[in-house]
Parts: sequence; C-alpha cells; structure tokens
Amino acid sequence: MSTNHNNHAALAAAFNKDEPRVEWHDQTLWWVRKKRDIAAAKVPDWEALRDTASRIKDNVLSNLSGYLRQFEEEAIRNGITVHWAADATEHNQIILSLLQKHKVDKMVKSKSMLTEECHLNEFLHENGVEVIDTDLGERVVQLAGEPPSHIVLPCIHKKKEEIGEIFHEHLGTPAGNADPQFLTHAARLHLREKFLTRRVALTGVNFAVAETGEFVVCTNEGNADMGAHLADVHIACMGIEKIIPQRRHLGVFLRLLARSATGQPITTYSSHFRRPRPGQEMHIVLVDNGRSVHLGRKDFRNSLKCIRCAACFNTCPVYRRSGGHSYHTAVAGPIGSILAPNLDRSKYADLPFASTLCGSCSNVCPVKIDIHEQLYKWRQVIVQEGNATAGKKAAMKAMNWVLSNPSVYHGAGRAGRWFMLNAPFTVNNGLNAWWRQRDMPVAPKQSFGEWYKKNKH
Amino acid sequence: MTKHRVGLFIPCYVDQFYPQVGIATLELLEKFGCEVVYPPNQTCCGQPMANSGFEHLTTGCNDLFIKNFSEFDYIVAPSGSCVLHIKEHLHGSDIPKKMYELVEFLTDVLKVDSLEASFPYKVGLHQSCHGQRGLGLAQMSELMAPPFSKPQQLLDLVKGIELINLDRVDECCGFGGTFCVAEEAVSVKMGKDRVADHIHHGAEVITGADMSCLMHLEGILRRQKSDVRVKHIAEILNSQIKA
Repeated sequence: MSTNHNNHAALAAAFNKDEPRVEWHDQTLWWVRKKRDIAAAKVPDWEALRDTASRIKDNVLSNLSGYLRQFEEEAIRNGITVHWAADATEHNQIILSLLQKHKVDKMVKSKSMLTEECHLNEFLHENGVEVIDTDLGERVVQLAGEPPSHIVLPCIHKKKEEIGEIFHEHLGTPAGNADPQFLTHAARLHLREKFLTRRVALTGVNFAVAETGEFVVCTNEGNADMGAHLADVHIACMGIEKIIPQRRHLGVFLRLLARSATGQPITTYSSHFRRPRPGQEMHIVLVDNGRSVHLGRKDFRNSLKCIRCAACFNTCPVYRRSGGHSYHTAVAGPIGSILAPNLDRSKYADLPFASTLCGSCSNVCPVKIDIHEQLYKWRQVIVQEGNATAGKKAAMKAMNWVLSNPSVYHGAGRAGRWFMLNAPFTVNNGLNAWWRQRDMPVAPKQSFGEWYKKNKH
Repeated sequence: MTKHRVGLFIPCYVDQFYPQVGIATLELLEKFGCEVVYPPNQTCCGQPMANSGFEHLTTGCNDLFIKNFSEFDYIVAPSGSCVLHIKEHLHGSDIPKKMYELVEFLTDVLKVDSLEASFPYKVGLHQSCHGQRGLGLAQMSELMAPPFSKPQQLLDLVKGIELINLDRVDECCGFGGTFCVAEEAVSVKMGKDRVADHIHHGAEVITGADMSCLMHLEGILRRQKSDVRVKHIAEILNSQIKA
C-alpha cells in the first residue's frame, strides 16, 4: 500500500493551506499545554508521581494475565457479566448480540476511544442500530459525519461558528447563533431526551481495579453517568491494558489524568461502577485487539501504559500544526503514531515519520512512555520490513556511499557548492522541497576542511 | 593546567555551508588552551540515515568516525544533534563517553566562567531539542524541575549582549532532519512560528547550539527578506564586536 506512505504529509499539507486556521489550532492546544504546566507545577513532586505511575504500569504489564483473571473473578462476584474479545470484530459482535438479545436498536454511548478503534458506530449503523454519542464534542463530530480529531477534545478542530452551523442543520438552533452557552444548552435538551428513552448505555473505562472488580469512568459532563444510571443495560468496553492492581492506585492515576489532559485538578465526574443496581444488567467487554501481540514487543510494549490523557497531542508541535485527521487513525498524535503500526504496519508506515523527534511528548507523558524513542525504533522496523519507498531507499544508499568515503564526500561537497554558487537554478527550483518556502544557505567558497588545510597545516 | 587534546568534529553541513562556525569553534577551544586537531577524513555522524529508518546503513559512517577520533581524550562538535546521535549509537567503543557538544564542553569540562567576548545585539536563544532534551543542555519546560541553561550561562558572559524572552522557550523549530523536506508544510509552519516569536520580542540575531535548526530558520528569514540574522553560539562567544 505504497500510496499510504505520504498520507500524513499530504493531509498535513492540505490542513496548512489555511494558515490562520493552523495558527488558531496551534494556539488553542498550546493554551491547554500551558494549563497542564500550571496544574502540574502545583503538585509537589509531580515528577515522582509520574515515576510512580510508570512503575505501577510496569507491574501491570508484567502481570497482566493475572490481574485480568483477578478482575474477572471479582467482577463476576459483583454481578457483572464479563466478555472477552480477541479483536475488533468480536468486540462489535458482542455489543450487537447484547442489543439483539434485548431487542433494542437505539443506544447511547459516552466517550470510548476503544469503540472508535473498533469502528463500532459504523458496524452498528450497518446493522440497523442508531448510536448517539453523548459526549458533547463527540456528538458534534458525529453530527458532522467526522471522526474525532483528538482523544480528549474530539471537536477541537471546529470553531464555534461551525458548531453553530452544525447545530442549526441538525438540532434546529437559530442560524448564525454561535454562543457556546446557548449551543451547549441546546445539546443538553437534545441529549436529555436520548438519555430518558434509551434502554442500553455504553461507556468506556478509564481504570479497572483488579482487587475489587470495579471500574472507573472519568467525564466532565456526567454523560456516562446519565446514560448508565437511566439504562436497563450498561455495557462498558475496555482495552485489557486499562487494568490497575488496587483501588489505592487510583490516588496516583486520577491525580495525573486530568492535570495532564486539560490542566484540571480532577475530572468533574470520576464515577466508580462496582455492581449493577437491582434490575439492571452490567456487562464489561475486555478487548485485546493486538494488545497482547504488542505486549510481546520489547521495544514497544510500554506504550500500553498509556492512560489516554492526550498531553502528548497538546504539546506536539507537529500535531498542533497538522490536525488530528492527518493521522488517519482513531488515536492520533505521538502516542497514536506508536500504537497504530502495531495494528497495521503498511497502512500506518507514515506515522512514525510524522515527528521531528523533539522529545516533548515523552516529557509530558504522565506514565513516562518513551514516545519519541519508540517513533525512532518504529522507523527502523518499517524500513527493515520493506515499507520504505524505492526513491527513499536509493537516496539513502547514495547518501551512505558519499558519507562513508571521505574523498567522494569532499568531491561532492565541492561540486555541490560550485553548483550553488554558479548555477543556483539547479537547486533553487520547485522540485527542491527545501527551496519552495525557504532560501538555500549561501554556499561559501571553501569548506571548513579546506580552510583548515590552508591555515592550520 | 594540563592541556586537553581535543578531536574536532565538524558536522558535514557545517563543513560545507558554515565554515565560519567551525573556525569559531576551533578558535574558542584554542583560546581556552586546548590542543585541537581536525582529522581531515571525517564526514558525517550518520544521523540523517538513522533518523530516516536506515540505521542499518550507518556502519560506514560509524567505522569512519571511530577511525578518525579514537585517539583523542575528548571529541567536541558544535552540534547537539550530531553529538546526541554519536552518544546513542556508537556502541562498542569508548567514543560516546568522550563525546561533547561545544557548550557543555565549555561549561562542564573547561568550566568557563569568564569570556573575552562582546556582541552588542538583542539575541534570541533557540533551544534545539536534541541538545536540550537529549543532552540536557537546559531544563525542559515540560518538567517540574529547577531551571538552568548552559547556553545562557555562557551568553551571559558576553559583553553588550541582550537576551530577549520568548513566548515558547523550547518549542521545536521543525527542522527535524529529513522531516524538513518530507513534511515540508508542517516543517515550514513550525519554523515560521519560531521566527515570529523571536521577531515579536525584538531579536536582531537568533542563536543556538545547532546550526541545522538555524539553517532552517535562516532559510525562512531570508525568504521573508528579514534583517534578522542567525549566528551559531560559537560565533557569538568568539565575537569581538564593539558597540
């Protein structure tokens, strides 16, 4: 699938056609990064907290099967039905069969990146089920017919005027009204009716506690709670890496999550679900979908520590200037770029290259994933597996030949500088991606090596 | 004082395009009493290939580097990025622990605390990522830890210099090696935004410890017909410009 090799670059170039919009997108997310900095600075020993979280997750990854079995046992004891899904297909089928069992063709769903990863909405739609996303941002992109562009702020790429237009078209709000408070109120009325009438609610899971068989869902809007508490059936879907050993570990992760994500001390709702209320059914679907394979990759396994805070998105200078859709995957940004190649190396061969390897992502990561180092390592794997273009391979081999042979290098350097001085059109043309928007350096008459030979020998 | 025997590594693009940076580096090291030798058969650290996913092709560069530099007590280069690459990839030799970026060599090994330099301009300091986050030349804005900056520590010793503040103290410029052409649109936008931050705060000169970032920013400045210039930190530390 060589056509995919330049996807991020091409999609990012398209995003950059509207420069003021890029600036707005960049500044909006930078503002979130700054909020994160302020919130983190208020916690004494923030770095020690990150270290603790990272080590707890190390323990989880080393004992994953044990914790999952413990969780299953406890959850069953609590009256929760536990399902195991090996991949996205199984996951989607489990949800559909639960809906069919209850003869339901309408469902509310709070934020779950896992269901985005599994393309659940499309699958259910094809099977005649209407899904209403109840997170406000998710609902906006759903009405717009787009995937989320950010895992915490799904419609961050949309301006309020555009949201006003979408609501006007779909919810009948007055044309031209882009007042955030007004639009939020309209969404609230729209969603209230859905909450009251839907019998099945699906939620994501932020943390599942092995010790108690409970799970925690974090939202700012309370939409997960509204859905789950009003529905007859609550289905929670989680990737198997979301497990933590003990309830007390929430004291580490809940302190890190919202501060890293949005700069809030904690999400408005951190709801613990332990057992179904009388008369309610509660299901949890534990999904692998490539995770156990990933766990076996020494260089990449610790990306499974991710708690989906998106701090790496907000700090990433490339993400801020290319937009989430340019990553063409459910989880975008730096973390998405190291998770996606696990699922499909050919389709996502471009993503590890969509980075300058600046390292800011690894520094903000609350669980200390070495994101930029994994990006580098994925590049090696992708090339070794033959996913580099023929042109790039040829260029790299030529570069290697020049740089491994000092006499060739010196000759090439002299020739290159001669052309730049005497025939600048050979480098200053539209084929040169450097020159299109940047001037070439002014070539000096002699290199440092030549100067040294003349003056120091 | 024992004389430090220093092997000077001048990265390929500095050698070819910015010989004055190599000269300033050499003169600075000699001013501080080092015996400096430039092995003539050096080429490149191999990073352009490695960062593009072709680390397996870099053995030629690695072998050449070891051949050229094994004999020295210290190896110094005016580039954080190339130094980081050498330190992280030249396994199986003692080169990584002898390898220094110029600024850290001046502050940590030579312990420079005074300079005969003057540079009467408003200067913006660009913290290049590999030097800063990779080598730890300065504290990183993401970490909740006490601030420090080795480049600034040296620039503060220069007479007449006025360091400007920036809105984003350590945002990447977007050079990124082959990223600068493979992801041209984002790379250029990142560079334009960096340049704008410096210009907004009144910089006349943008400096840094990595000429590659500065080459990228210079390309943008020239295209904008801006009067703002770029200077490698070695050039400023070796400067004798009177007001």
